[in-house]
Amino acid sequence: MASIEARGLRKSFGSTIALDGVDLHVEEGRILGLIGPNGAGKSTALNAILGLIPYQGELKVLGRNPWTEREQLMRDVSFIADVAVLPRWIRVSQAIDYVAGVHPRFRRAKAEALLAKTAIKRNSKVRELSKGMVAQLHLALVLAIDAKLLVLDEPTLGLDLLYRKQFYDSLLNDYFDRSRTIVITTHQVEEIQDVLTDLMFIDRGRIVLTCSMEEFESRYAQVMVSPEHLATARQYGPIHERSLFGRSVLLFDHADRQQLAALGEVRTPSIADLFVAVMGNQPAQSQGASR
Amino acid sequence: MNLPSSTMPDLPIESQDTTDTQQPTRPLYWSIRRELWENRSIYIAPLVAAALFLFGFLFSTIRLPQTIRGLSALDPVRQRAVLTLPYSAAASLILLTGFVVGMLYCLDALNSERRDRSILFWKSLPVSDRTTVLAKAGIPMVVLPLLTFLMALALQWVMLLLSTAVLAVNGLSPIPLWTRVPVFQLTLVMFYGLTIHALWFAPLYGWLLLVSAWSRRAAFLWALLPFFALLVVERLALGTSYVASLMKYRLMGAMAEGFQNAGSAPVSRLSQLTPGTFLSAPGLWIGLALAVAFLALAMRLRRDREPI
Repeated sequence: MASIEARGLRKSFGSTIALDGVDLHVEEGRILGLIGPNGAGKSTALNAILGLIPYQGELKVLGRNPWTEREQLMRDVSFIADVAVLPRWIRVSQAIDYVAGVHPRFRRAKAEALLAKTAIKRNSKVRELSKGMVAQLHLALVLAIDAKLLVLDEPTLGLDLLYRKQFYDSLLNDYFDRSRTIVITTHQVEEIQDVLTDLMFIDRGRIVLTCSMEEFESRYAQVMVSPEHLATARQYGPIHERSLFGRSVLLFDHADRQQLAALGEVRTPSIADLFVAVMGNQPAQSQGASR
Repeated sequence: MNLPSSTMPDLPIESQDTTDTQQPTRPLYWSIRRELWENRSIYIAPLVAAALFLFGFLFSTIRLPQTIRGLSALDPVRQRAVLTLPYSAAASLILLTGFVVGMLYCLDALNSERRDRSILFWKSLPVSDRTTVLAKAGIPMVVLPLLTFLMALALQWVMLLLSTAVLAVNGLSPIPLWTRVPVFQLTLVMFYGLTIHALWFAPLYGWLLLVSAWSRRAAFLWALLPFFALLVVERLALGTSYVASLMKYRLMGAMAEGFQNAGSAPVSRLSQLTPGTFLSAPGLWIGLALAVAFLALAMRLRRDREPI
């Protein structure tokens, strides 16, 4: 069964179009990264999926309409919508009690075990915790919920490197199994490259690229070319070109790797490289390469 | 930084019973608990009022032996009134505090969760907007009346025991006090008064919750402004004051409809209660219908509204 199924998803705020006909299909057991520049519509898409805002178009999350069935949906979906949305007045113990009291799939023992690995004290209030600790607490609460779909919107925003690393380790080791689906948006794309199974770029309310990570690795190739080979390399139709230390870095889509190997070392690009290439090409829509 | 990690026992992360074990949940109960965690003024304010009153009452007990000695000079009705007054005043003060706390609470209840963005956390849990709004409406309509009732009752008993002790120290019998202060009637009157006010004020609480869900800021102004605008417009355009009398009726109506000649003396007799009149007052039922409409609207708004 598809976890998320959207067709022609639209949302506008006044005259601003946030989602312009988005089609989305996320299978169970995938970890999807939704990547896009600021204001691309990532959060709007996630908010629609979570039943936080009304929308136009068709949308089914775990077979339910999120806008009309939010309460039932939240038994199987958990999310961190933003950092720092835990109420500042709540005590750690109260937060655990509350979630345990309202959520049928919350496992208190698991939350306690996750918290035991941190320095968070049980009787502290959220306002007394550091930003990283609040994120740890929220994550412990969410990971202790046996959900089918987990949505993370910028879960590590404003956290230092150490916490960010721990966050994704915890996500993969303590939580993910093949029956769960995770959707993540973030600006720190380099951190999630190894985490994802699927990748989606969104820009100005439209999906501009969607592929699995296996496809990503076989499709895209990056070569660093010295000036004498540049003309040859350009004939193979790179989708993006930039210069680095007097040499050129070219990014190819569906190119013959053996041909490219003659020009220089072939590597799989990072998501960030591809993001720059795809987004950089967006506004002009010229026939590809140089910008 | 790494305090408890070594001292905590290592719990197994993944328990074996990973089958679809669903725990029973009590969303309404926990939603009300959560309101009490966040808004501690709900019980602190009446407690403070009670403490202040008790403090004042302590000083007044100095004159108590004198009052008891001079009692026989008064006619029985006066005797009763003089001795009962502090007890109904104590109840009035605490109940009034409860109403004020309830109004202020409602005005903020659906606003603060949007201001601090915690609504995104609450909405990530399987608790419906209906449950949330009902829990919030339940604070001024059920929780506060019950709390203030118990506090006022406790305060009256403390006052009574204290007076008895003072009289005993002065070598006086507490019998006149115990026979003239109608303790049990007072309790019943208090309970009745709280019930009719909870029902009568329901549209006020509903309106304040609605404004709190709707307004982005200055909820206080939005709550009052429409009425004052209507009041002024009516006065200028028609020269009448129906709005003003309606507002007054909503604030004082429960006393007028629920009690016989209230306001002239402290209510201490069960014969002064008029539940029949109260229940047959159209104002009660119109108010309740309005309250239901306001709460339904507030539930809808909570679904639609985003963090501020």
